[in-house]
Amino acid sequence: MGKLFAVILVIIALASAYPIATHVFVLPEDISTHGHAIDDQLSDTMAEAGFSFLGAQLVLAFFVWKFAERKAGAKLSNIPGGAKLMVAIAFIIVGAEVFALGVLGQKAWANVYFTPPRADALQIQAQAGQFAFYFRYPGADGKFGAIHPDKIDEGNQNYFGLDPANDVESRDDIVTGELAIPVDREIHLLMHAKDVGHSFYVRELRIQQDFVPGLDLSVHFTATKIGKYEIVCTQLCGLGHYNMKAYLNVMSQDDFEKWLKQKASEQ
Amino acid sequence: MQEVSAQQAHVHAPPETFLRKYVFSLDHKVIAKQYYGLGLLAVCIGMALSWLMRFHLVWPNAHIPGLELLSKAGAPGGVITPEYYLSLLTMHGTLMVFFVLTNAPFAAFGNYFLPIQIGAEDMAFPRFNMMSFWVTFAGFIVLILAFFIPDGPPIAGWTSYAPLSAVGKDAGPGMAWGMNLWGISIALFCIGSLLGSLNFIATTLDLRAKGMTLMRMPICTWAWFITACIALLAFAVLLPACILLILDRLAGTSFFVPSGLVISDRLQPHSGGSPLLWQHLFWFFGHPEVYIAILPSMGIVSHILINSMRKPLLSARVIIYSMMSIGFLSYMVWGHHMFVSGMNPFSSLMFSFPTLTITIPATIMTLVWLGSLYGSNLRITSASLFAIGFISMFVSGGVSGFFLAQPSIDIVLHATYFVVGHFHMVMGVASIFGVFAATYFWFSKITGRMMNETLGKLHFWLTFIGTYCIFMPFHYLGLVGNVRRYSSFVDDFMAPWLGWHKFITISAFVTGGAQLIFIFNLIYSRFKGAPASENPWEATSLEWSVPSPPPWNNFGGKHPVVYHDPYQYGVNGAKGDYIMQDSPEPDPVGS
Amino acid sequence: MSAAIHQVATASQTLPRVSTRPGSAAKVRSGAEAASRSGIWVAIFTITMTFAAFTSALFVRQGSGGDWVHFALPSILYANTFALLLSSVTLEMARRSVAAKHMIDSESVPLISLWLFVTLLLGFSFLVGQYEAWRQLAAQGFYLATNPNSSFYYVLTAMHGLHVMGGIAALVFVMGRLAGTHAAFRRSTFESTVIYWHFMGVLWLYLLLVLRTKL
Repeated sequence: MGKLFAVILVIIALASAYPIATHVFVLPEDISTHGHAIDDQLSDTMAEAGFSFLGAQLVLAFFVWKFAERKAGAKLSNIPGGAKLMVAIAFIIVGAEVFALGVLGQKAWANVYFTPPRADALQIQAQAGQFAFYFRYPGADGKFGAIHPDKIDEGNQNYFGLDPANDVESRDDIVTGELAIPVDREIHLLMHAKDVGHSFYVRELRIQQDFVPGLDLSVHFTATKIGKYEIVCTQLCGLGHYNMKAYLNVMSQDDFEKWLKQKASEQ
Repeated sequence: MQEVSAQQAHVHAPPETFLRKYVFSLDHKVIAKQYYGLGLLAVCIGMALSWLMRFHLVWPNAHIPGLELLSKAGAPGGVITPEYYLSLLTMHGTLMVFFVLTNAPFAAFGNYFLPIQIGAEDMAFPRFNMMSFWVTFAGFIVLILAFFIPDGPPIAGWTSYAPLSAVGKDAGPGMAWGMNLWGISIALFCIGSLLGSLNFIATTLDLRAKGMTLMRMPICTWAWFITACIALLAFAVLLPACILLILDRLAGTSFFVPSGLVISDRLQPHSGGSPLLWQHLFWFFGHPEVYIAILPSMGIVSHILINSMRKPLLSARVIIYSMMSIGFLSYMVWGHHMFVSGMNPFSSLMFSFPTLTITIPATIMTLVWLGSLYGSNLRITSASLFAIGFISMFVSGGVSGFFLAQPSIDIVLHATYFVVGHFHMVMGVASIFGVFAATYFWFSKITGRMMNETLGKLHFWLTFIGTYCIFMPFHYLGLVGNVRRYSSFVDDFMAPWLGWHKFITISAFVTGGAQLIFIFNLIYSRFKGAPASENPWEATSLEWSVPSPPPWNNFGGKHPVVYHDPYQYGVNGAKGDYIMQDSPEPDPVGS
Repeated sequence: MSAAIHQVATASQTLPRVSTRPGSAAKVRSGAEAASRSGIWVAIFTITMTFAAFTSALFVRQGSGGDWVHFALPSILYANTFALLLSSVTLEMARRSVAAKHMIDSESVPLISLWLFVTLLLGFSFLVGQYEAWRQLAAQGFYLATNPNSSFYYVLTAMHGLHVMGGIAALVFVMGRLAGTHAAFRRSTFESTVIYWHFMGVLWLYLLLVLRTKL
């Protein structure tokens, strides 16, 4: 039965690796300026993990094939090199992987988090609440009006709790349910949570960031391809979590300005 | 009662009443069986919940007969609502992580065999031991109660992130008393685990038989001991976190809830709390918890593998030191659950390095297991099949850790099915494989009867292939960005991949069904199995030197003396190719 | 938690009665006695970890909210501190009386019991004083949920108080053993109780420092 185990394990290992090797399951095409570094890191890791996976499974299968249920009295032996060799291999191979992935690969992370947004990045505010995203553009004055949680009133579509009566800066703010952005322009997304934790995840943008109540964070990115993409919530936020979605609409600069004007007139 | 030496004293008198024998027993073996039974009950419920979830994911509108009886609001007409899906998910995770993966490999088998393997008559504090089970059991009952209150079980997931978990009924169904019960249940579980761990540690340190030096302890004893040390730290942190959470919910404090939250159109009466504080406290427990689940199985698998290979591992020391370093490192990596949580991005790098480093001891262990197979004479039994199956699962689940340890890749894979596949394989399936191996191996010792090997092997094949069919595709779906904790994927990006979900669901039903073979085997063999001898596997450690099942005081009042390392296999002993630990024969030349 | 600690001290009642043999405690420590000793140290380690978690929560919470308001600690706390520290001294006197005897006989019981009784009284007065401190704070309008400082004040003192109650239960247990057939009195249980009680004092000093500097 040891041989059966070996055969089945080889089949499982190869079948598991096949869809990966043939790129059946890949993320949708990257539309960001920083995403290629993440994709490269992902495929490097895939190569190393795939090598470790196949190596270990095939060796396990081979050893079980060869050494299971031998004749009684078969001579026992130890692998040349013994435990020392195993430890050395682990340190050298895994040490190299840790070094390669850990040290060199931090660039992809640094691209996203250690470079500040450009001064001329377009600021947009995103607010996540159960179970919808809303977005706010600062309008002509370039300033966002302050948020007053006590003034939030979904019935009157005051999703952000603005106070236009007393707050001049909020009067020209444009609030929308979709995130429209111009292509090839850096966006600085200011993130605010209205109630509980949520997350902002756009697969094509290679961006995922939690909304933390009480802690306003921000992300910045540049989209390079016109199109409509799904924004999903990835932090469990309550009963409507599965349905908490919005769209990212990447437009040409002209279309974006038109869109913004139209939205401003609808406010 | 005979004269007692200081070293081995009768820890308790033989139990006489029914209550003392089977219910409030002080005997570590009975307590172990209680833990095992609780784990079995919890795993059955947990698996049934996962079936409901899998079913709902692919047939969201199908009627499940009888389900409306369990929850009228959650499943009107037998159709699961999105919020009830989250209830099922929360209860599945909580039951499995706490009441199965912590109870079965650690509390159950550790309780049974740690004292016997070190030659003790019982745990150091039998009353504690009994309390630890009953407190855990109370925690279980409190958790299960959530199904039967009008509010229903909580929907915040097993991680119970604040503020969702901390604000009460405004957060949604199940978030009033359902969530309170969760908090109380976990606090009780913490107390139970702390008592248990304290016992494990004191017993290992002080109740070892003559000649049983630390390095002569079997690897699984080491694993339970190290796990107890980890658990002691981890649950000591989760307990305060639960207390603070309960206070936020019931006393109106603001530890985790910040100001200005508007939930269900109501401005919440809290101010200034920190949601990230909950995450830090929770994951400071949560990551070590992964090792609390897997380390005992590593030890069990090593123990069984050596017996089946008929030769010692290349180095037991290396395995023990690797387990220690994993335990140590497990306290430096909790932040890798929080890469995209808004934590300082520099911290992410600080957490990434130790996380990647943990692969070194894990690889060393894998290579030592693999290398030891070389030149062995592996006996194929249900137990050894599950042991080598464990290695395969551990590798498969382990390599996906490479991805998730890196913050940059975590940006795209966080909260996807890739994570779900990863932890199910390495923490769930691998550790359960250890429990299966342990059950097939030690059943004869515990009951005095052999388990049926044919059924055992059939169970192995279905489970081994089945779990791969379930959890490999999880990884694939995660790679295309399939988000977890969604109750359905109607009308979205995931539409083209739904066929894979169907495949997973069918595999889950088949694999789950195969577990009935195991349960049948347990019951059948308990009553009809072939009688087991004292040492059916020709093994060397002390548990095989006592009758099957062992008498109430383990060694029948004798005091075992240990002369050897635990694994004298492949030698010319008086009995065969092995020398038992308590055999006074001299060590074979060259060993 | 208090129940847990109570058990730390009492679980060893099921252990062999070896320590009453003359000189046995001093010469060889049996496995069971050693286990009782390691048990109490492991418990102390766990409790330390629990309070470390509370403390780090306090630090994080102080930094997160911007709503940290300092308030003056009730001065009765210092009297309570004195009572608790004094109780450690009296318990130490009891321990020395026990240690001086190879065998506990009816002659030595009254003195040991007296020291234990004084310790117990001081322990109770500490708890009563802590309760009085709560009442004083409540009178000033500081309740559990008033602000983060008062929340932490109540949580930390309540958790410590529960642990002290566990110590008191252990003391009562030891006194009961001493008063009955004192053959049942075991040095290992007694010594573990003493270690635990001293630890309660140390833990309180630490908490007082945290409360004093942070709240």
